Amino acid sequence: MDQLLINPDYPHILSSLIFLPLAGALLMLFIRNEFFARFWALGITTLTAILSVQLVSAFDTTTSKFQFVEQYNWIDSLNIQYVIGVDGISILLVMLTTMIMPLCVLASWSYIKTRVQPFMICLLIMETAMLGVFMALDFVLFYILWEAMLIPMYLLIGIWGGPRRIYASIKFFLYTLAGSILLLVGIIWLYKTNNYSFFIPDMMWQEYSLTAQIYLFLAFFLAFAIKVPMFPFHTWLPAAHVEAPTAGSVILASVLLKMGTYGFLRFALPITPEATTLLMPYVLWLSIAGIIYGGFTALAQQDMKKLIAYSSVGHMGFVTLGIFVLNIEGLEGAILQMVNHGITTGALFLCVGMIYERTHSRDLRSATGVGKYMPVYVTFLTFFALSSFGFPGTNSFVGEFMILAGTFKHSVPLALAAIPGAVLAAAYMLRMLQKIVWGGTDNPDQSWLKDLNLREIIILCPFLFFVFWIGLGPQPFIDLMHISVVNLLEQFHTHQGQAVAAAEFILH
Amino acid sequence: MQFLPELTLLGAALVIFLLSLGKTDTDKMKTFAIGLGAAVFGATLLSFGQEGTLFFDSYKIDLYSQLFKSLITGAMLVVLILGRKLKDIKNSVHPEYYLFMFISVLGLMMLVSSIELLAIFVALELSSFAVYIMVPMRDDSGSYRFQMEAGIKYLLFGVTATGFMLFGMSYMFGLTGSTQLPVVMEKLALLYDQPAAVIAIMMVLAGFFYKLAIFPFHFWVPDVYEGASNETTAFIASVPKLAAVALLIRIVSMVNGEGQVILNILMACAVLSMFYGNLSALVQTDIKRMLGFSGIAHAGFILLGLLTFQLSGYANALYYIIGYVVMNLACFLVICSISSNGENVQINDLSGLHKRSPLLALTLAVALFALAGIPPFVGFMGKFMLLAGALKQGYLILVILAAINTAIAIFYYLSVIRVTFCSDPVNNGRISSSLFTNATAFVLLLIIVIMGVAPQPFINFTTSAVQSIM
Repeated sequence: MDQLLINPDYPHILSSLIFLPLAGALLMLFIRNEFFARFWALGITTLTAILSVQLVSAFDTTTSKFQFVEQYNWIDSLNIQYVIGVDGISILLVMLTTMIMPLCVLASWSYIKTRVQPFMICLLIMETAMLGVFMALDFVLFYILWEAMLIPMYLLIGIWGGPRRIYASIKFFLYTLAGSILLLVGIIWLYKTNNYSFFIPDMMWQEYSLTAQIYLFLAFFLAFAIKVPMFPFHTWLPAAHVEAPTAGSVILASVLLKMGTYGFLRFALPITPEATTLLMPYVLWLSIAGIIYGGFTALAQQDMKKLIAYSSVGHMGFVTLGIFVLNIEGLEGAILQMVNHGITTGALFLCVGMIYERTHSRDLRSATGVGKYMPVYVTFLTFFALSSFGFPGTNSFVGEFMILAGTFKHSVPLALAAIPGAVLAAAYMLRMLQKIVWGGTDNPDQSWLKDLNLREIIILCPFLFFVFWIGLGPQPFIDLMHISVVNLLEQFHTHQGQAVAAAEFILH
Repeated sequence: MQFLPELTLLGAALVIFLLSLGKTDTDKMKTFAIGLGAAVFGATLLSFGQEGTLFFDSYKIDLYSQLFKSLITGAMLVVLILGRKLKDIKNSVHPEYYLFMFISVLGLMMLVSSIELLAIFVALELSSFAVYIMVPMRDDSGSYRFQMEAGIKYLLFGVTATGFMLFGMSYMFGLTGSTQLPVVMEKLALLYDQPAAVIAIMMVLAGFFYKLAIFPFHFWVPDVYEGASNETTAFIASVPKLAAVALLIRIVSMVNGEGQVILNILMACAVLSMFYGNLSALVQTDIKRMLGFSGIAHAGFILLGLLTFQLSGYANALYYIIGYVVMNLACFLVICSISSNGENVQINDLSGLHKRSPLLALTLAVALFALAGIPPFVGFMGKFMLLAGALKQGYLILVILAAINTAIAIFYYLSVIRVTFCSDPVNNGRISSSLFTNATAFVLLLIIVIMGVAPQPFINFTTSAVQSIM
């Protein structure tokens, strides 16, 4: 238990973050007025966001231990505990989640017209589950929240989604569930092997046999690669993104996808270090395939949401690339890029949602020339698009640069293979910008369009703020994670005995 | 006092019998039956904590039997409430319907207390024959006589299974010279390497496999579920299964460790039940048939707990069946409320249910998500503990197969939820459900959530109940 740090000043801050939205959702059941329901959801999510600021200000960046830990027995007969904590790897994701939720509520203000209360209940339950996933230090707790999240997300897509919502929601649900079912078997195996304990830090850095590690890694990989999603497990993503309501798309892109990469960092690397080393090349080349594939497919899209969805496949390819080059630049870049992708892609989905609310079409052709009549809108859009392809000065540049630096350190051919992805990103984003900002305005006639209202500007401003903050001064963010990443890598490299032996065996 | 629940039930049955002789006001009859059911449930709860044996040591009252009795009477009470209107049963036979239901429950209550082979047999037959009659009591509205086919199928398969059981019992008696279960099992324990002993045990188990619908004794399920009226199906799908699990645990718990052959057979039955049930359920359009097939799969899961031959495994199986019955009753509550004249409900009939009745839609969705094993509901916790228990014993392949089945099952549950929530109603009429039904739905929902989120007290309870028979 020496990995845990109980912070006496804030004994229940994590639990309050988790349960505040849930309590808000339960009280929402008694709210009859739709107008009030929106304010209630906004209030609850904002309160959670403010609480989380306290969390980050009290976060100790000099230790790699889990902080703000809370530990209670939950199910004694199976030794399942309610134990939560954050470290440098998860704190940024927790912050990302809490910050994005109020904006999601705002983005649904006028978009959702029917069944407002159930929609807000789903959003709030999502927030509880997502925060719990990033904080859980008990594997069963993690799994329960990981799976429970499917229900509200399914409903968000299935009820408030677009025309093909049924197909998309079922595909999303089945893919994710089928992927994580073997994870459950893996969890139980670990429980049995680890002296009947589900405590995650105790499972890390143990001497499992190499065969067991490989099977475990494959179980992890299936679950997390589908969530990321890595090529070729990505096919649920465009469908789900396109059909989901704006808030659903934002949550999917900004938070849900990060759970896959978070899973790799939290579980695959520390629990199966040697299998990771052995299987790393395959994962790396799958990442490259995802980057290139995502880029080319995005280039061919007419549907703006699909374009951004495929660009997500490419961006997340960069993240997995950074994780699996297994050096400090790559890992830190990957975590930073997870946050960046959450900010940038979330903002882009919001932008598409704003157009959709006006023209009721996501088609690129029907949005040509919007720029002339919506100058404020295209200003935002341009900045986010620049950020998306990693323009210097924006957040993604820092992340991608670090990832590529790490990749160069690991292997030059790999890095060269990833470069076209960055070029493709510029190509498809500029193509989109060109049509929207500078396209002709007479076909279709766009003159009736109204520019962003105050609410929409308020939604987009925080995103822009973070785009430039991370782009120009990323150091505070890197400081948050640095010690944890260093510790992760140190431990990782000291647990390579079997992998080295196996590699030598293969070589000779 | 020890025999109070049974006596109350018997008294209730006699009162209904007297009422059935004359002309009765059907509305009053229904309320009266619920009142009697509640009285029986109350009497059972009162008898908690009693211990002792009756009838020359063939009838044992302990925590285990009393727990099952209260579950059985509780489930009966819910079935009485959700099937309150008896929509598809002729008015003139309502008293008789209740009479047979009460008698069947009496048989089941006696069954969970019996520890003597003949007593088990008599109790089982008492409960079965009453249900054989309940199935064809459905009103023959379309003159298709589905209910007759269902009744005959239920009867023939039931009699066959009973035949197996009786045959097995004769072996047991022949091998041990006693009909008292404790004596039989003590002596059989010395003979586990003998084929005769294995055959005897498996044949006795077969009788309960039939009730629980485990492969290969499941053939009656789809047609009986479809042919019987909704209320009867709700009864068959829940109450007898509780008693069947009670007896399975009682018998299997006496096979300790050595029963390798029995273990292999149970494993095969479990895997086949899961795959058969889930794969067949994928293509069903009638929701009762779908629930029937899903029941076969769930029965396979319960075997996972039994074949660990561990106290914790039995306790998990017990926990699982309780959860299963609650989830199932919640589904049937929705089915019975939707079906306006007691006709069968197709899955498409549920479309847009969320607009017609939000509470029923929510109940159905939660129950189905729970059946599918999605956290945080009881179905997940039950499955998780069964899988963990089986893996503790080292049955990795079995656990993987079971996990794969969970993934298959999600599809058909989800497709029901899909039409419930994500499509527009064909029929716009609001479904009026009484306050009574709503309250029951709410209680069932609460149990599903609480058992899933805080399982520890329930596990403690089931563990101590199982402990009392070891």
